[in-house]
Amino acid sequence: MKKIEIITRPHKLDDVKEALRAIGVKGMTATEVKGFGRQGGHKEVYRGAEYRVDFVGKVKLEVVVEDALAAEVVKAAAKAAHTGQVGDGKIFVSPVDEVLRIRTGETGEAAI
Amino acid sequence: MVQAGDTAFVLVSAALVLLMTPGLALFYGGMVRRKNVLGTLMQSFIMISLVSLEWVYLGYSMSFGPDVRGLIGSLAWAGLCGVGPAPNPDYAATIPHLVFMIYQCMFAVITPALIAGAFAERVRFPGFLAFSLLWTVLVYNPVCHWVWGAGGWLKQLGVLDFAGGLVVHLTCGAAALASVLVIGPRKDHEKRQFFPHNLPMTLLGTGLLWFGWFGFNAGSALAADAIAAQAFVATHLGGMAGMAMWTAMEWFYQGKPTTLGAASGAVAGLATITPAAGFVGPNSAVIIGLAAGCCCYLAVLTKSRLRFDDSLDVVGIHGLGGVLGTLLAGVLASKAVNPAGADGLIAGNAGQLGIQALAVGVVGLYAFAVSWLILKAVQAVLGLRLSPEAETVGLDVSEHNEAAYTE
Repeated sequence: MKKIEIITRPHKLDDVKEALRAIGVKGMTATEVKGFGRQGGHKEVYRGAEYRVDFVGKVKLEVVVEDALAAEVVKAAAKAAHTGQVGDGKIFVSPVDEVLRIRTGETGEAAI
Repeated sequence: MVQAGDTAFVLVSAALVLLMTPGLALFYGGMVRRKNVLGTLMQSFIMISLVSLEWVYLGYSMSFGPDVRGLIGSLAWAGLCGVGPAPNPDYAATIPHLVFMIYQCMFAVITPALIAGAFAERVRFPGFLAFSLLWTVLVYNPVCHWVWGAGGWLKQLGVLDFAGGLVVHLTCGAAALASVLVIGPRKDHEKRQFFPHNLPMTLLGTGLLWFGWFGFNAGSALAADAIAAQAFVATHLGGMAGMAMWTAMEWFYQGKPTTLGAASGAVAGLATITPAAGFVGPNSAVIIGLAAGCCCYLAVLTKSRLRFDDSLDVVGIHGLGGVLGTLLAGVLASKAVNPAGADGLIAGNAGQLGIQALAVGVVGLYAFAVSWLILKAVQAVLGLRLSPEAETVGLDVSEHNEAAYTE
């Protein structure tokens, strides 16, 4: 099993979600996050005092899928989140040792 | 002889001025960090209770009671003794004395609440209460008597202060300056950036302040008459010109117009027109508002460069607005507008500007010096500063055991 973390622009969240649903992903977790990379931050001004804001708001989607589906998820997410401008985000893929559905006690791929 | 129209107008005006204190609470509350919003709201709200009590048992008599040597009112009216339904012609001949008393009460309530913006986010509640009470007794009441009390020495000199440029805005600005110097900056003031946590709250507060300001200024005519209309119009024009000027300056110098800039400019214009509202015509009111927007914007920029932590700009907006408005009243006032007022410099009476300048100097120095002494005394006896740990946690949890935003 693989965990795929997709960091994307907040307004792309729905596009990515629909793209993943279309290829059969049944669940995911979204978190509002702040970070910076090449995009950098922006300037804010309050009563004449200029503030530098480094952290930019992004959304992080976490999806766990069986190994066979992982490559397709990455491809679909990358396509849906793409604008071509700096700040489109990143996708991380990592192995997952175990999954447990708390309600039934199922484990492994049956619990995804 | 009580007039129904005048009485109704001043009663409604009193309610409008009361609304300014919750308005101020929101105006300030939006500008602090989320962990301090309740503590900041409380510093305004609690004044409604604390100062109203003080006003009934002490303050009204000290401010407006029988004059003692031009300096203070005697305690003959303490507990509202003799303050009843019959008008007091020294102040307002057509409304019950009680109506005048409660109208003035609302001014006393908001003035110490204004100071709290200077030391926002870092003062303990007990010390804050002690300071505010002592300040109201020792600074607000005497200055109010000098300027507005029958027999007050500045009133005898003929100083013009229609609705509180000296009594409200200059006193609170001078106290704010003293408090910034005594209490010092917020923890990490130079290292971290402090973002306003909710500017929509600040804009709502600005709207309520503006609405209430019509009661503050027009109500100061103490009658539903032509002077009230003059003051009402001047108030609106001062506020709108202040907003336009601040926004334009900010747009020009910093690239974008901001909502906080528009709100700040409106409050600067409203504060600055206050002493002149019933003495100047509409064109003069626009000039005063434009001057306020420009000067207060530059003052707030200068504060940032000087690294003073007057957190919510009480000195730059209210203190400077009080000085500027009081001086400009001495320039632009006209007996053609208000026969009970005076002519200013432009109408050929240069002496009026001298009286205004003297009043600014004396009231400013007195308010600064006495505020300084009160702050030092409270600091020594009760303590004023939050501990560094409590400042990190925030006023809401450390001083009030509650949080504004939870699940």
